[in-house]
Amino acid sequence: MPLIRSMRNIGHRTVDTIWRVGFAARFFVLILLNSGMSFRRFHLTVKELFFTGVMSLIIILVAGLFVGVVLGLQGYETLKSYGSESALGTLVALSLVRELGPVLAALLFASRAGSAMTAEIGLMKATEQIAAMEMMAVNPIARVVAPRFWAGVISMPLLAAMFSAVGVFGGYLVGVVFIGVDEGSFWSQMQSSVDFQHDIMNGVLKSFVFGIAVTVISLFEGFDAPPTAEGVSGATTRTVVQSSVVVLLLDVVLTAIMFRGI
Amino acid sequence: MERTALDLWVGAFVLAGMAALAILAFKVGNLSSYNVSESYQLKANFTNIGGLKPTAGVRSAGVLIGRVTEIKLDADRYEAEVTMSIDKRYQFPKDTLISILTSGLLGEQYIGLKPGADDEMLKDKDVIKQSRSAMVLEDLIGQFVAGKAESAH
Amino acid sequence: MSLQPIVEIRDVNFTYDTRPVLKGINMTFHKGKVIAIMGGSGCGKTTLFRLIGGALKPTKGEIKIDGQVMHELDQAGLYEMRRKMGVLFQFGALFTDMSVYDNVAFQMREHTDLPEEMIRDLVMMKLHAVGLRGTHALMPAELSGGMARRVALARTIALDPMLILYDEPFAGLDPISLTAIGSSIRQLNNALGATSVVVTHDVQESLKIVDYIYFISDGVIVAEGTPAEIQASDKPFVHQFVHGEMDGPVPFQYPGGDYKTDLGVSA
Repeated sequence: MPLIRSMRNIGHRTVDTIWRVGFAARFFVLILLNSGMSFRRFHLTVKELFFTGVMSLIIILVAGLFVGVVLGLQGYETLKSYGSESALGTLVALSLVRELGPVLAALLFASRAGSAMTAEIGLMKATEQIAAMEMMAVNPIARVVAPRFWAGVISMPLLAAMFSAVGVFGGYLVGVVFIGVDEGSFWSQMQSSVDFQHDIMNGVLKSFVFGIAVTVISLFEGFDAPPTAEGVSGATTRTVVQSSVVVLLLDVVLTAIMFRGI
Repeated sequence: MERTALDLWVGAFVLAGMAALAILAFKVGNLSSYNVSESYQLKANFTNIGGLKPTAGVRSAGVLIGRVTEIKLDADRYEAEVTMSIDKRYQFPKDTLISILTSGLLGEQYIGLKPGADDEMLKDKDVIKQSRSAMVLEDLIGQFVAGKAESAH
Repeated sequence: MSLQPIVEIRDVNFTYDTRPVLKGINMTFHKGKVIAIMGGSGCGKTTLFRLIGGALKPTKGEIKIDGQVMHELDQAGLYEMRRKMGVLFQFGALFTDMSVYDNVAFQMREHTDLPEEMIRDLVMMKLHAVGLRGTHALMPAELSGGMARRVALARTIALDPMLILYDEPFAGLDPISLTAIGSSIRQLNNALGATSVVVTHDVQESLKIVDYIYFISDGVIVAEGTPAEIQASDKPFVHQFVHGEMDGPVPFQYPGGDYKTDLGVSA
């Protein structure tokens, strides 16, 4: 019966997914255990920092600016009807620092740097470079994978902070400079309602957690990809999709814990 | 060597990131006025806390000096018990008045402390005795209508 | 010259899932010799290659290299053993994010503490041995297939291994590169006093350079001998393979149903 067949299919896929989560978790532990080289030979990590962090800068800054501008515009329209335009600074800053900065930066990072890492490692595996390294008695996890992991984890909070900072500037640009909201109240209200520990540090913590998740997913999909063209391309799509879902899911959990005290 | 150009970019990237964090902390947030200092706990009871929520601010003379950490219902007296974390630098006398205030007309609610004249100060885990509960809109309207009805007589 | 066995393969069986790939393989490779393992596609020679390299463990039997049983080694021991081996992969498998120079220098930098000046001399020597010293500043993407493979060969012999494994070194090369690689394999083997194992199905080139040949078909050794013996062999499989005959023990038609039925014509 087709119904039973599709139910079996769903069951099969669910079990498969749980297996993969298990593999990914083991992979994560393996990376941590093999991280010594990433720090002893720090230039390996620095090289990866360039490719993940520096190369993602443009898109992060541009996106941050646009998001900040839109927040400013939309926020002004809504606040105007309550006569609370002076709260625009607060609105823009809190939205960015608590949520949009960490989440959007993580999604952009997954699309740009994450998929690149997946493709790179997948291709290295497909062209037998990983096998060659193993045969030359160099552990590929330590030499290739772990430096990329640490580069991702270091980049992510920095990129999220830059996203938020540029976004606040974007909100300022549109709100104060173009629309004419009072500059003094824009900044003073913002400064009195954005708490360092509660808002900013929580945002940084979020982006740190997102960084770990996105990087592990990207590296795992690349390492696990079938060594064919379709295999690698499927892996890069899976990286972006899975990273996005996991980031949003983690955001729900972290926000509930941090901002509602659950 | 090619490596030095790379190092330069990465270094610049990390510095920019830290700078962004610093900007957020000082210009966007309130780090300069908020010192991650030690705090002590005070409690107070209210007949009605209105819209007060945990993490609401505690202010004295309008200056932020602490936060509400916990709100419980005291099962014996059927009153709200509010626990606050106050910055250790600020001490208040035992007859301080604690009230629940609203920022603006319809804004969020916070706690205000008005110091009394007692020589003895409140210590960690002390209870503030004098409390004024929140203004509940329905009660105010009820009072207003009752007052109007009276004056109409 | 006495014969000293470097690699001993004893009754090796390997099953992948439930499919037996190798059944009872026995081989001995002696020091200083160049040995070829030949067979058609899917006969199990790549699996044998991986077993020797320690990437796979035999389901039954053992492989000894220099007296050491491979699958008894732990991770550290395996890596120690691999430092004495060199492996040349089918398309070179050069690290694409590094230059030719860095590729050849890779093992020296990872496993030794040699100063950079000495590494430079060594890299140049290795590249000169394969005739590509002038390419040291290029990236792998800028090399042709044949050149990439020769650079990979230079990388393989970087630490003067005592056992060198070649996976289809002749596949897809032009006639000039074929002879170049073939003679490099022989000369390097002699110069290093090493043992070379070439997995291939290129008969003509191998017959020119090897000392001994093993023929594998369907997971078992069907024939073995020196090049002269093999060429004179009258075993049907060997004959078909060496002379490149289209049909014989390895049939042309993949087994299937009746031809007339498939065409829809009644018998």
